[in-house]
This record gives sequence, C-alpha cells and structure tokens, in this order.
Amino acid sequence: MSATLFVLSRIARDRSALIGLILIAALVVCALLAPVLATHPEDVFELHPAKRLRPPGADHLLGTDRMGSDIYSRLLFGARITLLIGLIAVGASLVIGVPVGLIAGYYHNWASDLLMRVSDIFLAVPQVVLAIAIAQTLGPSLPNVILALSVTYWPWFARLVYAETRSLQKEVFIESTSALGASPFRLIVLHVLPNVASPIIVRTSIGMGFTILTAAALGFLGLGAPPPTPEWGRTIAESREFLPGAWWYAAAPGIAIFLTVMGFNLLGDGLRDVLDPRIRRARVAVASSSGDADG
Amino acid sequence: MRLLALVLRRLAWFVPTLLGLLAITFVISRVIPADPVVLVAGEIATPAQVDALRHKLGFDRPLPVQFVSYLGLLLRGDMGTSLYTTRPIVEDLATRLPATIELTLVAMAFSIVVGIPLGVVSALWRNSLLDHVLRVVTVSGLAIASFWLGIMLQLLFAMRLGWSPLNGRLQGFPPRGVTGLYLVDAAMTADSSAFIAALSHLALPAATLAFPALATLVRFTRAGVLEVMQSSFVLYERAMGLPSSVIVWKYILRSALTSTVTQIGLLFGILLAGAVVTETVFDWPGIGTYAVNSIIRSDYNAVMGFTVWAGTIFLMVNLLVDVTHVAIDPRERAE
Repeated sequence: MSATLFVLSRIARDRSALIGLILIAALVVCALLAPVLATHPEDVFELHPAKRLRPPGADHLLGTDRMGSDIYSRLLFGARITLLIGLIAVGASLVIGVPVGLIAGYYHNWASDLLMRVSDIFLAVPQVVLAIAIAQTLGPSLPNVILALSVTYWPWFARLVYAETRSLQKEVFIESTSALGASPFRLIVLHVLPNVASPIIVRTSIGMGFTILTAAALGFLGLGAPPPTPEWGRTIAESREFLPGAWWYAAAPGIAIFLTVMGFNLLGDGLRDVLDPRIRRARVAVASSSGDADG
Repeated sequence: MRLLALVLRRLAWFVPTLLGLLAITFVISRVIPADPVVLVAGEIATPAQVDALRHKLGFDRPLPVQFVSYLGLLLRGDMGTSLYTTRPIVEDLATRLPATIELTLVAMAFSIVVGIPLGVVSALWRNSLLDHVLRVVTVSGLAIASFWLGIMLQLLFAMRLGWSPLNGRLQGFPPRGVTGLYLVDAAMTADSSAFIAALSHLALPAATLAFPALATLVRFTRAGVLEVMQSSFVLYERAMGLPSSVIVWKYILRSALTSTVTQIGLLFGILLAGAVVTETVFDWPGIGTYAVNSIIRSDYNAVMGFTVWAGTIFLMVNLLVDVTHVAIDPRERAE
C-alpha cells in the first residue's frame, strides 16, 4: 500500500499527471454514475422527434440530437462503452502480450525468434487497418471491436516486455538467482516480472488512450455497436449531415474523446517519470516534456 | 560494408515477414467468414449458382492450396479482381495511388518542415512560454481523434468561413500531366488556377493528417536535442571552445536527428493509418477511401490487395529508416 501511496503522492506533485488523473477519475465517475448524473437517462433509448436538434440550453445542457435525445445524457452512457472497450481490449492485450514478451525475452531459441517475428508482422500493418478488416469480417458489434483491438494491440506489449527482459538478463541479480538454482518459471514470475512492471504500467495507460482513439475511429466508420448505442465515434458520424447548423452535436462527443485520451496520455507520461528513474535519467527530455521542471 | 551487411540481414527478414502478413490477411478474408462465396454471390443466388461460383473462384480447393495459388498470382503482380468494381485490383490501386501519395507527402513535408525546427527551439528555450505552448499543442495532437479534427476544420473553414472547399480533390478536370500528383502536374504545365484549386482542396485534409505527426515530431526532436545536449561529447566541444551555433546546428542536430529519422519512419505508419480515416472524412479519392469502401462492401480481394500494399510499403520504409540511421550517425558506423 505504501508504494501506491508513494506513487500517488509523486503524481500529485506533477501538474500534468495530476490533470490526467483527474480527467480519468471524472470519466470513471461519469461511467459509474451515468444514470444519476444524466438529466434525461431514458433518452439512451427513447426518441422525442418534436425536440430534435435543439441547441444547448437549460433543459438540454449540450443540446439534442437527430432523434431529440439529450446529448449530455447519451455522452455519459457512452463513457461506459468507451471505458469498457479500453479496459477489456488493453486487458486482453496484456494477458497475451506480457507472457509472450517474457518467454521470448527469457529464452534464446528459435521459438522466441518466431514469437517476436509474429508480433513484428502485426506491427507491420497500421493498427486501424487491421482492426477495420477484422471488425468488418466478424460483423459490426461491440465484442468484435474489442476482439479486433486486442488482436492488434498485444504486439506492443510483447515488444516492450521482450526488450526489457533482454536487458534485465545482463543484471547480476538475475544471473545469481539463476545460479542459485531457481526454476525458469520462478525466475520469470518472481524476479523478471516485477522489474518490468513499471514500463508495462506506463504502456497500459498510453495504450488505453490509443485504443479508445482507435475504437472511436471504428465507431465513426460504422463498425462499432449498432445504434441506438450512444458510442462517441458513431455519434460524430451521425452528426455530420446536420452540419453546420447543429455544431454542438458533432463538437460534444469529440471533446469527450479528446479529454479521455488526453487523460490517459498525461497519466502515462507522469507515471513514466515517477516509476522509472532509469528512463528519467537517460531521457531527461522525454520526462520533462510531460511538464515537470526537474530532470 | 557494415551498411551492406545490415541491408542484407534486413532483406532476409523481409520475405518471411511479408509472407506472415499475407497469411494473416488470408486468414481474415478467407477463413474467418463463414462462407465468403455466399457473400460474393449475393442473397438471391441459388445453391447451384453458389457452388458454380465457388468452383470458379477456386474456393472449393483446400486452404493451403488456395494460399499457394494466391501467392503465385501475387508474384506475377496479379492481386485478383475487385468483386465490386470488377476491375483488376492492381489497376484500382494504381489509379488511386497518386491521390494518397500527394496527400501523405504534403502532410509529411509540412510536419517535418514545421515540426523539427519547433522541436529544436523548444529544447533550446526549455521551459519558456513557447515551450509550454508547444507542449500543450503536442499533447493535444496525440489525443485528438483525427476524424473529428477533420470535421471541425470542415465546419469552420469550409462551411462557416467558406475559405476552402468542403471535400474532394478537385472540381472539374484534373491538370494535364504524367505524375498524377495534381500540384506537380499543375506546376509543370504552368496552370496556376489548377495549382491553387488543388492546393485549396488539399489544405484541410493535409492539415488534419499532419497534426498528430507534427506533434510526434516536435516531441521527439525536443527529447533528442535535450538528450544530446547533456552528453559528454557536447561538453567536450564546448570545452574546445567551438561557437555554440556550430555545436547546436552541426553536432547536436546531427545526433539528435537520428531518433527523429526513426520517428519519421514510424510516422509514415501513422500517416498511412491516418489517411484511411482522413480520406474518408474528406471524400479524398485515394487508397484509404478505397480500403474502407472495400471493407464495407466485403470486397475481400480488394481488402487483401490494400493490406499487402500497405504492409509492403511500411516494411520497406522501416528498412530504409534502419539504413539511414546507420548512414547519418557516425557512432553507429564506428561499431
């Protein structure tokens, strides 16, 4: 617990990381308390054609959409979908990528070469292209989007963990533990994994932002959950035919995506500074580009 | 010699990686769908018609045989026929390639010409007001959804202000020329009105595409310059009494740019992926729109053609980046 407290106190001192943490906390609150915070919670499914395309005002904080539904309320429920996609897709990528990276990094044989080659192949195509192809082939739905994002994101973790594991092997403590007769499993899980945890945590935060951005693009292209799901990317696509009149319709979900991704990016940068003193020393610049003045 | 060895070693990996890529697209397009032939034949086809089509397309043969015959065709430059446009996919891609190249090159040139100097200045004047402003810009560039940025730019500059066209590449006939890059063709035929028209169509999509790339470049150039500024060889050069302008613009920039060059390679991937979404927003008649349309129409051959094309370009760019990296950084060569 004290380690967590330490990290939190360090983050609290870094202005941009703190902003990131606040943005993410706000997102989580919106997602969890959507039914309470929403002014028109029933509007996720109900239509009010008489009230369509109303500009922002007292009754509808962010205006209404083409169906007359309250955009603010729909955005809150959209936060649930966004968070769900990010958590499951990045979680699945972790579950696949981290063991692949550990094993490929620890062993030096043809199998580890093969594992890294496979992840290279996935990295050779822009993620959004591969994700579009997979999501479309499987059919547009939320689980398929999550699957497509997981299949295309795990290589990033595999690459990262692989590189970290390889560089760790030169460390004396790994060599000594191995000389003491520790089994490879014990060595990897108890000694290597805790030492590569920091970069994994940093990458997880940045990966959340990246995955949410790609998911929004898939939703925009019509590959996400079908309507009337209040998915942010899809809402932007729907709003296009009502421009330039109903500018709030397009603006609001875009700002929601922006703040969410920014939150994860800022937190990721902040975590990097706090968790990895090695990177901080070697890459003063990257660390300070996230807003601190020390370095 | 080291350069040659590196190129050869990377080339040796090029083929297996490409094969793996082909295998993945093959699985996605032929194995995952329950029955691709039914999709192609349409809902009203009779079972007999579906079977005939299956035989004609060769889909009744075992999958490994299908894969090998696909590879054979590919080697001869045959990507198959688009199920939607019924034209050879190579032709479809070739017609649309110049539009994407023009858009990507302009976006890349813009982000390099603006991003690298901004990154250097940001590092030299660290923690100045300009550095803080640039930091906000770079953080935003990586967090903004490019399709949304494109729509907002359309809303402001095309719909409200009327400064630029809403979408498309050009109204009316394209300028005469050989390259298919409208800016180049218009410049070569001294057709100034076409040049201006092409440029005004290009401005918004190029800006949309360039923004995240620009943000990445500023960030990495800044990081690279700061890192090099603290290295011992810079200290040595300072001690030798070299003027600081020479140190900065000759030695620091040269070392710092190695990481930026690597970044430009990765940038190409960002731009290529970005082009898919940006072209869709702006109805830009390039490869990206073609890919999205093909995917939505379940035009599997076209999707595979696009993936192969994109993957090959991306792998080649990475190869070039590695080579350039060694070529411009004397430290790498010395090893």
